[in-house]
Amino acid sequence: MAMSRRQRARAFRGVQYGVLVLAVVLLAVFADWGTIRDAFFNLDAASTQFPEILSTALVNTIIYTALGFALGLGLGLILALMKLSSVGPYRWLATIYIEFFRGIPALLVFIALGYGVPLAFGIRFDIYSTAAIALGLVGSAYIAETLRAGIQAVPPGQIEAARSLGMSQARTTVTVVIPQAFRIILPPLTNELILLTKDSSLIYLLGLVRDEYELAKFGREGLNATGSLTPILLAGLCYLIITVPLGYLSRYLERRTGRKVDEGLKVTA
Amino acid sequence: MSDTIIEVSGLHKAFGKLQVLKGIDMSVRRGEVVCIIGPSGSGKSTLLRCVNLLEEPNSGTVLVNGFEMTDPDVDIDKARRMIGMVFQGFNLFGHLSVLDNLTIAQRKVLKRDAAEATAIARENLRKVGLEEKASSMPSQLSGGQQQRAAIARALSMQPAVMLFDEPTSALDPELVGDVLGVMRQLADEGMTMLVVTHEMQFAREVADKVLFMDGGVVVEEGPPAQVIGDPRHERTQTFLHRVLNPVHVTD
Repeated sequence: MAMSRRQRARAFRGVQYGVLVLAVVLLAVFADWGTIRDAFFNLDAASTQFPEILSTALVNTIIYTALGFALGLGLGLILALMKLSSVGPYRWLATIYIEFFRGIPALLVFIALGYGVPLAFGIRFDIYSTAAIALGLVGSAYIAETLRAGIQAVPPGQIEAARSLGMSQARTTVTVVIPQAFRIILPPLTNELILLTKDSSLIYLLGLVRDEYELAKFGREGLNATGSLTPILLAGLCYLIITVPLGYLSRYLERRTGRKVDEGLKVTA
Repeated sequence: MSDTIIEVSGLHKAFGKLQVLKGIDMSVRRGEVVCIIGPSGSGKSTLLRCVNLLEEPNSGTVLVNGFEMTDPDVDIDKARRMIGMVFQGFNLFGHLSVLDNLTIAQRKVLKRDAAEATAIARENLRKVGLEEKASSMPSQLSGGQQQRAAIARALSMQPAVMLFDEPTSALDPELVGDVLGVMRQLADEGMTMLVVTHEMQFAREVADKVLFMDGGVVVEEGPPAQVIGDPRHERTQTFLHRVLNPVHVTD
């Protein structure tokens, strides 16, 4: 029996809604709502989390991430310029660095910095420096690749115009290329910041005192103290307070700079 | 001060195996307007870009304003300050306002202070009729306005010579006139200009000398009345016939 296009579309939509309704009904009938409520929405456990979850944990997560991102951005810019250098050894070094730190788990970097370096060299950084260095090392590898792509996306005509005005290559890079590259890479850079925010949770490995807790560690301590999943849920929500707005910011910048880039291409075609 | 400001001799340029310039000899005298015409692929833009060394020639010498551009030890940035360049695609700096486009090189390269650079920039914007666009971003301007701003940017460096690389080819037809008007005014003021163009009427009326290039060589050169009005070589005749009567071309 042949169905018309309209009949087929209607039948397909009907099946989808049917599966959805079935899933909801099964969940409502078979799930143990009392236990789920106690585990995730335990108000007593939740109240023990405030205000430190915001005043200590959220603030520390933001601080660790910001420090790591700042270092990662500086290091990443140097690596990107090395990767674009006309001097071979610079390119090789940058490539090795980027491949290494992009390819290994961030966890290993934290272990190396937290335990390996103090053992091997007898150097102990404070927790903020360690966090900044570890996140910076990992972040810079990703950021360098993003920056390199952005620098290469600057239209060659912009560089020719600058050189024609008598600007040296270094002057052109600083005055024309980097500002324009940053506009191009702002959206992907915001995504790097989101990834780094989540990676900051690995700092728990370094052994933190209570004032140094970030969100993941704080949630875990809350779990131990209350025996409820509620603190974990709250910690997760706090991450979303940071990452969801950043995601929207990234998409907003993408739309805005996307339009600018289109116009820019028209200009420099 | 010698009378000749641009002196090109024995210039060869290849991109890989493709020979684009096959021995160019040409010169431009101070105050002269020289137009280079010719079919696409003839090497005229490459020649222009060799003059300020945006393209590096394989052999031959280029002398501009006392600088030997082809000398590996020349201070190329210093030499380029005196050579204004106008591109087909305008190439205004997209992240800077029109005024900043005009002041940035004055300040960073010539080390002029902000007040002086701004005064010179505004003077040149007035000259190209864009005074009221100083604070606009390039993307807010029409193509013709962008090209006039680009000319003003080059002029703000107070160059000894101006190079134009098909300055009207990317413009809508109704915007071409404004740009050509500015260029004609520059020529009238005595600016030395080397112009790659398809605007035969401009070449005929404004140029002191016209070069016809084809296949990487200068086929014919002379005053416009001769090269455009009464060409000697068959290749020049064919090209001009096609350009001047595009609707009636028969192969």
